[in-house]
Amino acid sequence: MDKRFVYADNAATTKVSDIVLNAMLPYFSEHYGNASSIYEMGRNAKRALELSREKVAKALSCEPNEIYFTSCGSEADNWAIKGVCEKLGPKGKKHIITSVFEHHAVLHTCEALERQGFEVTYIPVDEKGIVKLNELKNAIREDTATVSIMFANNEIGTIQPIKEIADICKERGVIFHTDAVQAIGNVEINVKELGVDLLSLSGHKIHAPKGVGALYIRKGLVLPNFIHGGAQERNKRGGTENVASIVGLGVAMEEAVKDIPQRVERVTRLRNRLIDGILQLPHTRLNGDREKRLCGNCNISIEGVEGEALLLMLDMHGICASSGSACTSGSLDPSHVLLALGLSHEVAHGSLRLSISDETTDEDVDYILEVMPKVVNRLREMSPLWEKIVKAENR
Amino acid sequence: MLYSDKVLDHFANPRNVGEIEDADGIGEVGNAKCGDIMKMYIKVNGGIITDVKFKTFGCGAAVATSSMATELIVGKSIDDALKLTNKAVVEALDGLPPSKIHCSVLAEQAIKSAISDYYQKQGIDPVPIVGEVGDCDACHH
Repeated sequence: MDKRFVYADNAATTKVSDIVLNAMLPYFSEHYGNASSIYEMGRNAKRALELSREKVAKALSCEPNEIYFTSCGSEADNWAIKGVCEKLGPKGKKHIITSVFEHHAVLHTCEALERQGFEVTYIPVDEKGIVKLNELKNAIREDTATVSIMFANNEIGTIQPIKEIADICKERGVIFHTDAVQAIGNVEINVKELGVDLLSLSGHKIHAPKGVGALYIRKGLVLPNFIHGGAQERNKRGGTENVASIVGLGVAMEEAVKDIPQRVERVTRLRNRLIDGILQLPHTRLNGDREKRLCGNCNISIEGVEGEALLLMLDMHGICASSGSACTSGSLDPSHVLLALGLSHEVAHGSLRLSISDETTDEDVDYILEVMPKVVNRLREMSPLWEKIVKAENR
Repeated sequence: MLYSDKVLDHFANPRNVGEIEDADGIGEVGNAKCGDIMKMYIKVNGGIITDVKFKTFGCGAAVATSSMATELIVGKSIDDALKLTNKAVVEALDGLPPSKIHCSVLAEQAIKSAISDYYQKQGIDPVPIVGEVGDCDACHH
């Protein structure tokens, strides 16, 4: 077996595509002017910025002046949630609703607001990783300022019923924010039809560079300024614009929403091969709903092995992946997402996330499926936990 | 988080993996909830550890510390093996990331646990010699 390099961690970040890179390059050394400057080079930068805003808006079916560029998805999440709370908190609305398996950009923002006196309700998810709508309905109160539910989960890829959630929020007059960082390019998103008030997105998940994101703020909803400084982003978010990256984001958004159905079909076929192939191994389970999931996401628990060891061994074979084990989360507990599904700590420690993209090939999938059994068997052979599982089975 | 080359080497090519059928002492520490279990087998002859094998469920550092610990005690007397500290295991591996130090504690405990079992099988109370063998205390599982 020849060693290959297979990048299967596209939910972590993606490669900057050639078309994005080429669009960006002139803005580093040729059109490097400050977009606020009056002379031609500055005006060129400004034009590029606004063209990019139009592209992002078009991709989401909204108006350009509803798009605000940020430095990343996390910043957009922070701005959305803290902004609504800063606006409505003084009016007595001091309650936030989110889900238990949000990205830390949302969860830790909510925790910070809890320390400032806000109350947070964490909606549970079912065993397939879908937010329980009934619990959401019951959680909304008179003093609820905002609901923040992710469009698609970053670990298990489950796609949430965003339209239904937006309808519920609208009916109750609550501002709805969604973190769509993982969903962009995988799901058709029309913010007007969906009826979301705020939506976060990030460039580096869709083949744009790291360090750029955007927040959609529905027209009519006025949020407090997030970064105090210059007049950039219509006074709302000071700081000289990252023109090159914003240009990259615009192109990446344009590409991401092109031919979504065809791409989803192609990637889903590869992803299903991956899932079915790995599930051939005994004592494995797919985490998250199989149908309502991002086309590139494969999250599987492999009993008897520990996730970080699995990743290291896959890395030795040239495969990049990620895990929800405690050892990779930087804490002593495994992923909060997997625990939210009701998985035991033992099973959650042995989770593996492979996230493929439209650049993944059948040969890449073949290679992963060839390496996986070897690596898993090797780790299981030295695992006393696997020994126990086998013994219990033969009893 | 970066692993030293030595840690990666001991993870990729762990020394002394396996079981000893007629082991004189078997120790097991850690638990699945924490994500680490180490099982250590020793063969003892005339107070000398003549063979040692391990099985580990855990991260790269857990495997590497187990492997290094076995190398450090094979051929040594029980007394010397009992003197092996987690710090010595960490040093032998050219260091561990701070969040992985508990793995080395577990490796030290696994050896002590195997030696305790050896004494117990000899009908000797291990506590005065080995002390209480506990887990790593890194978490409360």
